[in-house]
Amino acid sequence: MQDLPNPEQLLAAVARFLRDEAGPALARHGDNALAYQARVAANMVDTVARQTVQAPAADAAELRRLQVLLGLPGEADLATLNRRLADRIADGTLTSDQPGLAAHLWATTLAKLAVDQPAYDTFVRHQPAAAPNPP
Amino acid sequence: MSPHEGLAAGLATLLDAPVSGLSRLSGGASQETWAFDTMRDGAVTPLILRRAPPGAELRGNGNPGLAAEADLIRRVGAAGVPVPAVVAVLQPGDGLGEGFVMARLQGETLGRRIAAAHRPALAWQVGAALARIHAVDMAGAPELRCSQPLAEVAHQADWHARHGMVRPVFQLALRWLADHAPADVARPALVHGDFRNGNLMVDLQAEGGALVGVLDWELAYLGDPMADLGWLGVNSWRYGRHQRPVGGFGHWAQLFDGYRSAGGTVDEARVRWWQVLGSLRWGVICESMGHAWLSGAEPVMEKAAIGRRASEAEIDLLELLLPLAPAH
Repeated sequence: MQDLPNPEQLLAAVARFLRDEAGPALARHGDNALAYQARVAANMVDTVARQTVQAPAADAAELRRLQVLLGLPGEADLATLNRRLADRIADGTLTSDQPGLAAHLWATTLAKLAVDQPAYDTFVRHQPAAAPNPP
Repeated sequence: MSPHEGLAAGLATLLDAPVSGLSRLSGGASQETWAFDTMRDGAVTPLILRRAPPGAELRGNGNPGLAAEADLIRRVGAAGVPVPAVVAVLQPGDGLGEGFVMARLQGETLGRRIAAAHRPALAWQVGAALARIHAVDMAGAPELRCSQPLAEVAHQADWHARHGMVRPVFQLALRWLADHAPADVARPALVHGDFRNGNLMVDLQAEGGALVGVLDWELAYLGDPMADLGWLGVNSWRYGRHQRPVGGFGHWAQLFDGYRSAGGTVDEARVRWWQVLGSLRWGVICESMGHAWLSGAEPVMEKAAIGRRASEAEIDLLELLLPLAPAH
């Protein structure tokens, strides 16, 4: 058994260092480009933390939806199923009026943005608890 | 003499004036942007140098090249489009590489600040500038690549396929774009190619905002003029202000009115089609940066981060093609 702090906590510590200490120090030093890179790095660490927490359940749900949508209950590899879906859309055997397709693509895409871009406005607008848009 | 001093001396010879304050603004290995001042008759003139240094390999991605870019800027400037005046074009004998010197305009280019307010006058001016660009006489101009709607879909499909990433939403968009592609335009017009909030210099002090300059002509080509209007409407350049579809600062009607005021004809169905293509294009650009990092070609941290931004194009494509009612 590993000790505390756990990975999530360690990542939070790194992100806070980059965002609140390293970035501002670089900016005070006059290096705005590096200060910006520090903020990018902090955001990347946050992405890793969110993916660690969210991906297992999101991937499992995506896998179940794809098995039903494609009629492949025995295929358990998510990458294979996604390739099949992309191919069927590309060759026209699956079209956007196929029941379940729109719901699947939305659910999958929202799960991606919840990890890599939770502040992106289109994602925020599609959250049940979204705050009203500013005027 | 350092390379820096060598460049300053070369510029002083080229412009026949003393050069001061030379500093590098941005650029990759093949293309550089420098700011500097010259002094003439006691007055300071702020200038910009854009160049590919001697020996730099220009990426073969269909760019017209810097000398062609200078020619285009002069042409659109003569047609009434606000652009920085081109002061000098580098010649092989100068030993400074390929490029040109232009005026350094004063104004805001940060998209987020420009999108922070509703700027109806700016949206109208931007429309008028676009119509003038699209009407520019290209007789005797440097050769530009020509692209048409369906060819552009094939180009995006190929580019996406080269990255080896699987994206069902991109396939859905490619399918929709191919099925709904407008006809090729009979007379291809000059298209800026990267006309968006971020490549516009704006005077934020002016009432309603004022367009000071249209920047970054390196992706110009000949094609459907509605491509520029659609790209301008891509959600990523609204900086969160989706209720103002034109760069986050204006509305379609303001842009279209300005476009028509300068003699342009708007085809709204084409604009919408190019907006969908634009969202896909942005997604493929993000993907290409992630790919460049994954392949080791560009081991720069930010490329890896931008690779993960392809998802914003996916959600924008879904909103355009399979809209859901917002949850609130």
